[in-house]
Amino acid sequence: MKLDSKIPSGPMAEKWSRHKQDSKLINPKNKRKYSIIVVGSGLAGAAAAASLSELGYKVKCFCFQDSPRRAHSIAAQGGINAAKNYQNDGDSVHRLFYDTVKGGDFRAREANVHRLAEVSVNIIDQCVAQGVPFAREYGGGLANRSFGGAQVSRTFYARGQTGQQLLLGAYSALSKEIARGGVEMHTRTEMLDLVVADGETKGIITRNLVTGKVEAHAADTVLLCTGGYGNVFFLSTNAMGCNVTATWRAHRRGATFANPCYTQIHPTCIPVSGDYQSKLTLMSESLRNDGRVWVPKKAEDCGKPASQIPEADRDYFLERKYPSFGNLAPRDISSRAAKECCDDGRGVGPGGRGVYLDFSEAINEFGEKVIKERYGNLFDMYERITGESAYKQPMRIYPAVHYTMGGLWVDYNLMSNLSGLHVLGEANFSDHGANRLGASALMQGLADGYFVIPTTVANYLVTQKPGAVTTAHPAFKQALEDANGRINQLLGVKGKRTVDSFHRELGLLVWDKCGMGRSRAGLEEALRRIPEIRAEFWENVLVPGSGSLANPELEKAGRVADFMEFAELLCRDALDREESCGGHFREEHQFPDGEAKRDDENFCYVSAYEYSGDLSKPILHKEPLTFEEVHLTVRSYK
Amino acid sequence: MALLNLHLKVWRQTGTQPGHFQDIEAPEIPDHASFLEMMDIVNERLIRAGQDPVAFDHDCREGICGMCSMTINGMAHGPERGTTTCQLHMRKFRTGDTIWVEPFRARAFPVVKDLMVDRSAFDRIMKAGGYVSVRTGAAPEANEIPIGKDVADAAMDAAACIGCGACVASCKNASAMLYVSAKVGQLNTLPQGHAEKDRRTLAMVRQMDAEGFGNCTNQYECEAACPKEISVRWIAKLNRDYAVASVKEVVGIGRQQAGDGD
Repeated sequence: MKLDSKIPSGPMAEKWSRHKQDSKLINPKNKRKYSIIVVGSGLAGAAAAASLSELGYKVKCFCFQDSPRRAHSIAAQGGINAAKNYQNDGDSVHRLFYDTVKGGDFRAREANVHRLAEVSVNIIDQCVAQGVPFAREYGGGLANRSFGGAQVSRTFYARGQTGQQLLLGAYSALSKEIARGGVEMHTRTEMLDLVVADGETKGIITRNLVTGKVEAHAADTVLLCTGGYGNVFFLSTNAMGCNVTATWRAHRRGATFANPCYTQIHPTCIPVSGDYQSKLTLMSESLRNDGRVWVPKKAEDCGKPASQIPEADRDYFLERKYPSFGNLAPRDISSRAAKECCDDGRGVGPGGRGVYLDFSEAINEFGEKVIKERYGNLFDMYERITGESAYKQPMRIYPAVHYTMGGLWVDYNLMSNLSGLHVLGEANFSDHGANRLGASALMQGLADGYFVIPTTVANYLVTQKPGAVTTAHPAFKQALEDANGRINQLLGVKGKRTVDSFHRELGLLVWDKCGMGRSRAGLEEALRRIPEIRAEFWENVLVPGSGSLANPELEKAGRVADFMEFAELLCRDALDREESCGGHFREEHQFPDGEAKRDDENFCYVSAYEYSGDLSKPILHKEPLTFEEVHLTVRSYK
Repeated sequence: MALLNLHLKVWRQTGTQPGHFQDIEAPEIPDHASFLEMMDIVNERLIRAGQDPVAFDHDCREGICGMCSMTINGMAHGPERGTTTCQLHMRKFRTGDTIWVEPFRARAFPVVKDLMVDRSAFDRIMKAGGYVSVRTGAAPEANEIPIGKDVADAAMDAAACIGCGACVASCKNASAMLYVSAKVGQLNTLPQGHAEKDRRTLAMVRQMDAEGFGNCTNQYECEAACPKEISVRWIAKLNRDYAVASVKEVVGIGRQQAGDGD
């Protein structure tokens, strides 16, 4: 298999304009003949469904939640980057492009990132026109703030709910198109499989989560906008329903999965408090502007209340290790530093997995009122969850899985190696390399949905006769049988352990061996254990009820079954990549001071895995990364 | 961490069949757990005992997606002000408490199963006019229209609605006025939404009525139950906007006369 990225020729800054010029057009009358399936209704999915419908295509959009407005994009807090340079602080498309490539530790595809930076400015225009209430200055212009990994202020925001407001904007555009009849919306409907007919992606198999009905849907092309796979770790900041099923099923049908080992761990989350815990909650990174991170110097002090540990016995480890960035060191670096302290026996709180984020100095300096104005809602949320007041004692925080940079491999048109399958947003691998910068996820989801796919999808569609394949094709019959077979298999095990207990066991293992720090020995152990857990799952899982009604346990079981398979690929990729870069830290590959050691000579490529039929033997394909504009350097934050 | 012993009375229902309260004992619940984590623990035990777990809606569990929806001890999202069910924690309860857990009840929110209800009526109200009709790519430069900070902040206050339906569930009339007024208010406040203001207001209110939501009689239970603390002042604005739009509709202002100007 040859992975052709289809990067347009010409200078970096002209590639996207040239590609738009060269892309195929379909006249309005013919567009109406083509149908497009969009799976997922988050930023990428809702934006794509609305925009494609406006162009005249017939769109069917699917989401597993009860409304498209609930997709997990809604939970993003901080903001969205755009190279508007409203601050006159020297920002430009090129600078946003450069920051994103560097932030990704030089493991992203330059041409895609440049396009992302180019369309970032259009996104803000579009959202404002939809009525997204971005923060404004007194003069009526849009406000900006700064964010990690950049020296300019280019982040647009709507209080601490930027993701919510952008998603509601996309949802309103989608609602407009549903009303016009251009989009047929299917809520509470989950994709179970992808249908590939004679080498072309022509549809999906879904299950109606209310009636249990398993159905086939055919279209001329399929767009997966189904988010990331962070829930493979069981505990993450992802919503409970986030899953890998859509992309994993596509992988099993032939789509290559790229860079699965690139996962992002966010340093400021509320720590785990017990084994009943179902998810982790993020506390915005902005807290590190005023909070100081520390642990006791002596392990025997860890049980004491923070107030009884004198200043001299505190280790402000980020300030100590990274004096120039201090408490604002980037996400991957801060997370690893916290883990090291806890591994050293100096963690605080239940289980010793936590570090303090202390506001006492800021409260003394500015007063409680000012801190309340800045972070009141976050302090309230912290108190609701932990029952502790961060005004009176330091917060306890610990890193948690937050975002996944890996995903299905796509070319410049956002098409997978599987003909007719397009992948957008977090579900694809393309723009963030090995580490994503803050406020870039929203940008990518909307860029793909509003501005990239409406142009590039035609390049595929012109090669297809509209409506050529219907659900009468044998591939649909086969996929329906497969999906029903899996449901019956899950219900038929009737074992003794609940789905959650398996998910928890898998997640803890993957977090332990393939989380913030990864080693050959640990990964090899995980690769031994995962097939064992998977085998036990299929022998001993207990899924109550039937498939013919609403059955949330059955839904979970299907998703966990796919995580069981995916986890092995994740660990295999982490083992194969013998370097440290971004969110992927191999303990064998570090500098003497503990910093990540990238190996550009041997690993400057995208790892794209093909399913071989044997879960333990994926076939690795490499897409070399070449850098024309940006020079490869060591990231340093000292 | 303390452990609580609780008695639950949980609504059980399958589709349109009559429902009932089931008594479920919930011993040894960690007080650090969230309400939904308590339900997870209860469900794990039900499953292991060979019983049908309680179905409920939930997703983000951080108070923003609007999917969770339980009436707890008669209050939508429970007793804590400005808090969704997923953010309500068990330390707000005492050992020995009896807790009544019901779905959001309203004619326009039919029960799907147990505590899950169908809130698609909200989507249909959105579809009736909860948008600015702008095509992708047809937007002017973002800073071309200045918007005062107070106006933008007010629009954001309304836009914070998470569409959970607690306003409807807490209202004795099952009125959706707070939900509708929040979306209408956000868009009607911003200059971008002005062109379609009257059309939007009439269409969304009419759709709300068609869905079977009741009338607002100014009880303000909705504001008290709203996890995002949306103000009832938006209902007042909606009433004003609706009155203006209705009058204009009756006297024909703004209506395009066929053939005019040709």
